[in-house]
Amino acid sequence: MSVNTFKEDEVVQQSLRLSVIKRLLGYLKNYKKNVFSALILMIIAVSVNIINPYFIKIGIDEFIETENIRGLLFLAGIMVAVNILSMIASKKRVMIMGRTSNKILMEIREALFNHIQKLSFSFFDSRPVGKILARITTDVNALTNFFTDSVTVVIPDLITLIAISGIMFWMSYQLAIAAFITLPVLMGGLILIESTFRKKWQVFRKKNSNLNAYIHEDYSGIRVVQSFARERHTSSTFFSLGKDLNHSFIGAIKFADGFWSMVVLSWGFGTAIVFWVGVRLIDTGTISIGVLVAFMGYITMFWRPVINLTNFYNVTVSNMTSAERIFEILDTPPDIENRGDAKELPPIEGKVTFENVSFSYDREEQVLDNISFTVEKGETIALVGHTGAGKTTIINLLSRFYDVTHGVVKIDGHDINEVTLDSLRSQMAIMMQDTFLFSGTVKENIRYGKPDATDEEIIRAASVVNAHNFIMAMENGYDTEINERGSKLSIGQRQLLALSRAVLNDPKILILDEATSSIDTETEILVQKGIRALLKDRTSFVIAHRLSTIKNADRIMVIHDGKIMETGSHNELLENQSMYYKLFTAQYQFLKA
Amino acid sequence: MKRILNYMKKYKMLFIVPTLSMFVLIGLDMINPHITGVIIDDVIVAGEFDRLTGLLLLLIFITLGRAVFGYIREFLFDYAGIQVGLDLRRDLFDHIQSLPFEYFDKTNTGEIMSRTTRDVDNVWEVVGFVAGFFLEQVFYVIAATTMMFFINWQLALICTMVFPLLGYLAVKMDQNMGKAYEEISDQDAKLNTKAQENIAGVRLVKSLNRENLEKKKFRRENKKLYRLNVKRNNILADFHPKIEFLSYFSTILVILVGGIFVINEQMSIGALVAFNGYVSMLVWPMRFLGWLTNSLSRCNASLKKIFKIMDEVPSIKDPDNSVSPEKRRGAVTFRNVSFQYGEDQVLSNIDLQIKPGSTVAVMGATGSGKTSLLNLIPRYYDTARGQILVDGVDVRKQELQELRQSISVVMQDTFLFSDTLLENIKFGSEEASMEEVTQAMKDARVYDFIQEMPEGLDTIIGERGVGLSGGQKQRISIARALLKKSPILIFDDATSALDMETEYQIQKALNKREHLTKIIVAHRISAVKDADEIIIIGNGNILEKGNHHQLLNQKGYYFNLYRNQLGDMTLLNKEVI
Repeated sequence: MSVNTFKEDEVVQQSLRLSVIKRLLGYLKNYKKNVFSALILMIIAVSVNIINPYFIKIGIDEFIETENIRGLLFLAGIMVAVNILSMIASKKRVMIMGRTSNKILMEIREALFNHIQKLSFSFFDSRPVGKILARITTDVNALTNFFTDSVTVVIPDLITLIAISGIMFWMSYQLAIAAFITLPVLMGGLILIESTFRKKWQVFRKKNSNLNAYIHEDYSGIRVVQSFARERHTSSTFFSLGKDLNHSFIGAIKFADGFWSMVVLSWGFGTAIVFWVGVRLIDTGTISIGVLVAFMGYITMFWRPVINLTNFYNVTVSNMTSAERIFEILDTPPDIENRGDAKELPPIEGKVTFENVSFSYDREEQVLDNISFTVEKGETIALVGHTGAGKTTIINLLSRFYDVTHGVVKIDGHDINEVTLDSLRSQMAIMMQDTFLFSGTVKENIRYGKPDATDEEIIRAASVVNAHNFIMAMENGYDTEINERGSKLSIGQRQLLALSRAVLNDPKILILDEATSSIDTETEILVQKGIRALLKDRTSFVIAHRLSTIKNADRIMVIHDGKIMETGSHNELLENQSMYYKLFTAQYQFLKA
Repeated sequence: MKRILNYMKKYKMLFIVPTLSMFVLIGLDMINPHITGVIIDDVIVAGEFDRLTGLLLLLIFITLGRAVFGYIREFLFDYAGIQVGLDLRRDLFDHIQSLPFEYFDKTNTGEIMSRTTRDVDNVWEVVGFVAGFFLEQVFYVIAATTMMFFINWQLALICTMVFPLLGYLAVKMDQNMGKAYEEISDQDAKLNTKAQENIAGVRLVKSLNRENLEKKKFRRENKKLYRLNVKRNNILADFHPKIEFLSYFSTILVILVGGIFVINEQMSIGALVAFNGYVSMLVWPMRFLGWLTNSLSRCNASLKKIFKIMDEVPSIKDPDNSVSPEKRRGAVTFRNVSFQYGEDQVLSNIDLQIKPGSTVAVMGATGSGKTSLLNLIPRYYDTARGQILVDGVDVRKQELQELRQSISVVMQDTFLFSDTLLENIKFGSEEASMEEVTQAMKDARVYDFIQEMPEGLDTIIGERGVGLSGGQKQRISIARALLKKSPILIFDDATSALDMETEYQIQKALNKREHLTKIIVAHRISAVKDADEIIIIGNGNILEKGNHHQLLNQKGYYFNLYRNQLGDMTLLNKEVI
């Protein structure tokens, strides 16, 4: 089992891969129209921004120096009009991009969730819930600004940079060269520290994910933590994970915060050089005072996008880790999926055949070893054996939660690997060891497998398994809200609800894996009577430790070390005086002695 | 907001130093336009070229200062911010951990999860960056405005006319945004819960083939979140450009009115240029106003949610003056105990005396109140009436940690951490020796199967013990409880997934621990028949009480149970005997 605990860092690609960015940008493709209109609107706003200092230059040079008040008024009128236009454009743009980027996030989140639905048990076996959850929530949220910013920051800022440089060169190429002389130095510096810096952000992300996984686990197991009075201990683990996070953050910002200072330096030196050169140019009459003043404005405007772009780069670098982790899941092929040529399994009778089936979870330890058996329709089979003998595995294979390593499992003669999962699982009901209830009402939980079930059907199913009485005794009967995992209910009650859910589906094959282990014997007898009546012609598999549950089965299979040791009815097996007999008499002694 | 200041107090210096750096920075920034003005007026217009070098050196000096102080400001704010974030997160985590079972019965993990992660992140962002930035912008505005008033107070007055309007817009935006963020945060938690439930229950989803339903449920919540986000974005789209426009409007005023002043020779061109420099300093803070308001509103919404949890008073907490029993021997007494869960009367008037070292078994129908009875002993819940004494002292008078330390509980619902088997077994007894661990493993019958695992005790198991069978999980949690060595051991249906033989062997091992008080809930007669006392609970009352033989003679519930379970054996009787 390759398991990832909260202590371990996940392994993620070290380099910033262009392919990841490309793939992310690919999501924007479906919104070409939106992106295009946002860009147009953006250009309007940016042009107004760029033109504003120029207006000031005109104001100073043309009107103030010539003392033309009417011209000045006219100019002010134009500026107001242009800026109102820019305001409207901004509003529209923010609306369009907000809608687009949120829609993309929704799509990614949904794609991720839907893909996770397709992944098989082995995927979930190897990862804590908290870490999978973090993909859908934290990681997707980390991309929030990517889509908006890549359109509304990067593109316009690049345009601004080019436009401003263009204007500056147009106004005075000498001054422009002077202004940009510090740029190569800055770029060199950035490239130099870039890779260290990127790695530091990745470390930070991983530590964050570890902390979140731990918090999630602590909250899920809070009852155990409290009952062992370990709050101080878990709190200190939490704190040390939190400190790890802080250290990694501080390690990263040590570099990140330097970016700003570097830009300031280039900016300041650039300005000084411009003045030095500018004064000489004015002196020689090459440029006017207005040009120099406007230049100062443009320099400020030039460095603003540079800061924005470095910020965008920082954020993108640290968020690409999230994107990589999202894609890692999206790229995990479900190992159990419908074959290309999978057929619908027609309505089944319920005959089950295992032919030379072997299975191993990790390809090392053999859990099932060359098992063959046939179950006729309508038969009730009890699987008996010590914990860990392989009983649950047989059931996992029958419902195709895992694929057999060797051999074939057939239902009514159809190889289950050749039919669609949907048509297979919809005809059987499995009640597992680990009862799971959703937060919602009792009714919703029972109805879970059959959303169109009527109230009468639900009540009938609950009555069959003897759950009706206790449900009616609750505050709001079938409409009582229960919490996740049904923490308000006792395990026995949860099992009864899960049983109602299983029988409501009217399955052709019913599998009960320790389904009644926490129900008292009296209730259990009633439950069994009910189920037997309901499932007259249904095939059923039962795993249980209580003899009363087992002995009425048509056939009992004794499983030991991945093999079937004996098969037969209760009486036959007792006469055999072999394994079952031993198990049975031993239990008898426990009861009698 | 006030409460977050208390967190910041602890790192006073880490906030004061960058704030001071910030002042220096603002001061330096204020000099810049002045230099520009001097260069234009004195150097260029008046032709004092010899002053240029000095002025430019000053400019470079200022730049160096800005770079250094800028770094100090950024770094220390970030540094302090994440410390405050961790403190806040830890307090929240610790507080959540101190809340009673009842709270978790009604709260979904997904919700407290997003409070501890996302909401704290939002606050951290503000404390570490936005707050300092906000302050900076405010001072910028004040400083730049002051300078403007110095240059020309009439012009300055006209320029600042837009301020009240800006303030009004910001306040309005904050109100709208705050509401939107609260809704988003709630929806976020909802989505979180949906996803979390789905992943935790993925086996059920698959077995019932409900992937499509799950997708639909998720899509619905996802869409709601989308709509809320768009709504929030539209608020931003509504206010932000207006604020931007107003900030430019002040520039236009300067050129127009200032131009007229220059023409009327009320001020010089250089002064106008310098004035314009200060106005453009105002433009950015004003433009940031929208963005700042956005972050602050989000932070405020998160703080509200966080402190709502923090204000949840744990109904079960340490008494002011705790009393410890003289000796922890494992005696438990129920005195006329009644227990209510919500409106439901779960237990009524229970009287029970459990002697140190004795074994008491509790039986009864599903939902009859067995678990509730056990839950009262370690004070997971409080009684409605009556009292429970452990070793002669009311549990409500004992320190919680100490009380719970003296009781080992194996719950119905096994929970294991995604960690190694060893860490799981040692949970609660970190200082246990390897021999003790081995003994506990042997007693809980896990020793053999752990030996067979590829990495033995170092095997990492999943959350909820994924990858292990139900019986294996139960046995691991039994080993965990046995290792804890408390005078009282509670088994709440802890052997339901075990076969009788394993159960029997575990019981044999338990019986060897004579000083241990054992309280066991079970359904199988085999698990209870050797107990010193068997209690049958029905509808919250004790129906029958006595040892195996006494109860058989009563021919009541226990007798019927015995017959039912023994009935399995009658066949055997006929054929074998």
